[in-house]
Amino acid sequence: MGEIAEFSLAVRTFLRAYRWRKIDPVPWVPLEKPLSDCRLALVSSAGFVTPDQSVFDESTRGGDVSYRSIPSDFPVADLIDTHRSDSFDHEGMIQDPNLAFPIDRVRELVESRRIHSVSEEHISFMGSITAPRRLVRDTAPEIAQRLLEGEVDVALLVPV
Amino acid sequence: MCNQAVSLVAAELERQGIATVAIQLLRDVAERVRPPRALFVPFRHGYPLDLPSNPARQHAVVEAALRLLEISDPRPPVLVDLELTSL
Repeated sequence: MGEIAEFSLAVRTFLRAYRWRKIDPVPWVPLEKPLSDCRLALVSSAGFVTPDQSVFDESTRGGDVSYRSIPSDFPVADLIDTHRSDSFDHEGMIQDPNLAFPIDRVRELVESRRIHSVSEEHISFMGSITAPRRLVRDTAPEIAQRLLEGEVDVALLVPV
Repeated sequence: MCNQAVSLVAAELERQGIATVAIQLLRDVAERVRPPRALFVPFRHGYPLDLPSNPARQHAVVEAALRLLEISDPRPPVLVDLELTSL
């Protein structure tokens, strides 16, 4: 089970004093059509990049709020884990990136007609962001705009 | 931090018209941050879909998340525990 107890003493000490952001009010978009008519995008905070993309920067104060666009047809096995956190075991998602970026599973959902289609791009960022102001102010609206331009209806977000 | 980060992105996507569901690995963080729709999974960090190289298991988690998008008469935020018996 995911528990704060998994983390190092230094991380646990930090988290004890951390002021989590509260989403208020909670925005809500009702699903206006069946999932079988929807286009889905993935948003993963696992820090995956393609070989031609720059890695995420662990030295950025408060966290690296940049993101990478992952083409939907990119072979999942070729994704590179550049998440810099040592607070979790990377072995599983290195073995199979679908564990945190389940693009193969999403393609199967299209084949089974559970969803209509897959977004042409997906979003990857590195979730170790302790100061999320720029994530909320800049990055998230930009991600939303990109996905809207790609006519995305629904998004599945996956942390690690 | 990953749990909060994806939740904050989910909220912005909803504000702009994209329905979202976020997997969450820390239930108490999900309760505090309040993403619109969240599936709490009882797996360790780094393993949000439970098992690598296990498509059936991964599919079951994804499907459980998708079902949250289909909840009628919701009371946001929606936070649902993954039922292991369904896997």
